[in-house]
Amino acid sequence: MFELLGIPPQALFGQLLLGLINGAFYALLSLGLAVIFGLLNIINFTHGAQFMMGAFVAWMLLNYLGIGYWWALIIAPVVVGITGVIIERTMLKHLYKLDHLYGLLLTFGLALIIEGLFRNYYGSSGQPYQIPAELTGGRNLGFMFLPNYRAWIVVSSLAICLVTWYMIERTKLGSYLRAATENATLVRAFGINVPRMVTLTYGFGVGLAALAGVLAAPVQNVSPQMGSSLIIIVFAVVVIGGMGSIMGSIVTGFGLGVIEGLTKVFYPEASNTVIFIIMAIVLLIKPAGLFGRAA
Amino acid sequence: MKAIRTLGIAAAAALAAGAANAQISDNVVKIGVLSDMSSLYADIGGPGSVVAARMAVQDSGIEKNGIKVEVIGADHQNKPDVGASVARQWYDVEKVDVILDTPNSAVALAVNQVTREKNKVFVNSGAASSDLTGKQCSPNTVHWTYDTWMLANGTGSAIVKTGGDTWFFLTSDYAFGHALERDTEAVVLKSGGKVLGKVRHPLNTQDFSSFLLQAQASKAKIIGLANAGGDTINSIKQAAEFGIVQAGQNLAGLLVFLSDVHSLGLKTAQGLIFTESWYWDLNDQTRAFAKKFAPQNGGKYPTMVQAGVYAGVLHYLKAVQALKSDADGTKVVAKMKEMPTDDPLFGKGTIRQDGRKVHPAYLVEVKKPEESKGPYDYYKIRATIPADQAFRPLNQGECPLVKG
Repeated sequence: MFELLGIPPQALFGQLLLGLINGAFYALLSLGLAVIFGLLNIINFTHGAQFMMGAFVAWMLLNYLGIGYWWALIIAPVVVGITGVIIERTMLKHLYKLDHLYGLLLTFGLALIIEGLFRNYYGSSGQPYQIPAELTGGRNLGFMFLPNYRAWIVVSSLAICLVTWYMIERTKLGSYLRAATENATLVRAFGINVPRMVTLTYGFGVGLAALAGVLAAPVQNVSPQMGSSLIIIVFAVVVIGGMGSIMGSIVTGFGLGVIEGLTKVFYPEASNTVIFIIMAIVLLIKPAGLFGRAA
Repeated sequence: MKAIRTLGIAAAAALAAGAANAQISDNVVKIGVLSDMSSLYADIGGPGSVVAARMAVQDSGIEKNGIKVEVIGADHQNKPDVGASVARQWYDVEKVDVILDTPNSAVALAVNQVTREKNKVFVNSGAASSDLTGKQCSPNTVHWTYDTWMLANGTGSAIVKTGGDTWFFLTSDYAFGHALERDTEAVVLKSGGKVLGKVRHPLNTQDFSSFLLQAQASKAKIIGLANAGGDTINSIKQAAEFGIVQAGQNLAGLLVFLSDVHSLGLKTAQGLIFTESWYWDLNDQTRAFAKKFAPQNGGKYPTMVQAGVYAGVLHYLKAVQALKSDADGTKVVAKMKEMPTDDPLFGKGTIRQDGRKVHPAYLVEVKKPEESKGPYDYYKIRATIPADQAFRPLNQGECPLVKG
């Protein structure tokens, strides 16, 4: 068998697959961010905290109410989505006419408060959450051992991404949403309740973050700071893909996951920074992002 | 005129008060707990260390002797520059006399320098790097609870002896990880083992699967986790997921704390072997301490780091009382070294010339879920490493204080 830069191909395929799995999280999170930015013009810095809330709600459902993983997949996004709706109704809606910066500051502040509250109640070292019995174990692919749960992450997040893309780009509801971002007044004139649509969109975007959180709970440490380290990377993904581009964020999410995975083999020390290097290069060459339209 | 007279009276009063309790600077012994208050090490030291310091002040009974003590805390955010500037501000502006705890070796080494410059006292409990009492030892620093040499020696030699003779390291890429890897590698090689490879991951990594896969490919019998806190938790959790232990490789947690085991749950953590220098369920006194501590710390039981802060404060206050002064950091530390230590948690012990506090260490194994009586009943003590063997011999640390 051939060797590439001293790495046996088995190891390389394994790393590519792992990159794809991490990319699934990036895609799911950046998708929510892209939807919110595209339709609300809000840079949602609370996204990481909402991802963390998703994982925590799943943990609470299990520990306080005995409700398992599968129901948590539905309940947690709805619960966290409702908190998102409340945030939008009471705070964000006053900021749409102002500069992006105000939305960014508000959501950043909220993220700090939410994380602080969780840390205060649950401490920083995190809570255990087991993989559901149906998805334990794994299979040997010849070049690596693939845990069933990781396969589930890739498949489910890919499906969610594609459904979301289809809803926004190909359905009537999606066309209303897109029209409302272009010209809200005109769309209202056709008798469509735009503010409600915007509120629900924010709730949906937040729900996506929470869903990613539930997916992450069994493999990552469920701790208050689990979102804050991820959110910065996800923002880089959105910037590279092009702010507001749905397909862009999905493709970039998976792509960057793979690049990061490869970095972990060739030069692990840089695995935290490689995405930002790419971001800097993309911004220099194509400031609107890979899939973005220049304003 | 009136103002000047008032000022004069105030100055005289201040002088008189100063004379009353000799050399206590600003009439108060100010203890600063500098820790990670909000991130991956916050449950290991953090707010719990402040609780421990306050308990120590209370239990010392020092305030009955007319010496006022104040405890404050701050977050160093795991950044050496932040840690060093807080330390400077504390010493210069807030008149702090001693800094306690300080997990994260990179921050601890920075504070070690600042403390020496300002001639104050640094009693470290949370950091691991054995350099604090080695090449970078200081006449102003005491390293209380544990260090990388102790962990490496306790865990490394025990594992090599039971057949785990080929190793692969997963190392946290900063001062602490490097020190722990270096010290463990030395023990493994000395005991006749081999190191097949290592990979260095950034601090606070969420996903270890890629690194674990590299460890798996190395075919080493033991995967040594030279990391801590959330990083260790994620490594162990994901190793279980990837079936690493089932496939015949074993994990060696080189630095695992009680809070990490709590967070992993016994189902995932069972069977893990590592070294600690303190556990709450050792004897009646440690149990009594834990029962008193937990309600003040949101129900969380004390880690060895928090226990070290408690014992460190007690001993520091004893030295200050004996000297009747907290003004000169070097003198206080010299007194701490001269007096034998004796506290309810670590028992009798000593502080060596290089600043190393010496006490026994324990090789522990995490209980199976069915063996545990409830939350925090997690360890079985497999072996006790006596105090004279638990830490690096004095002459091997290259500490300039020892040569001179």
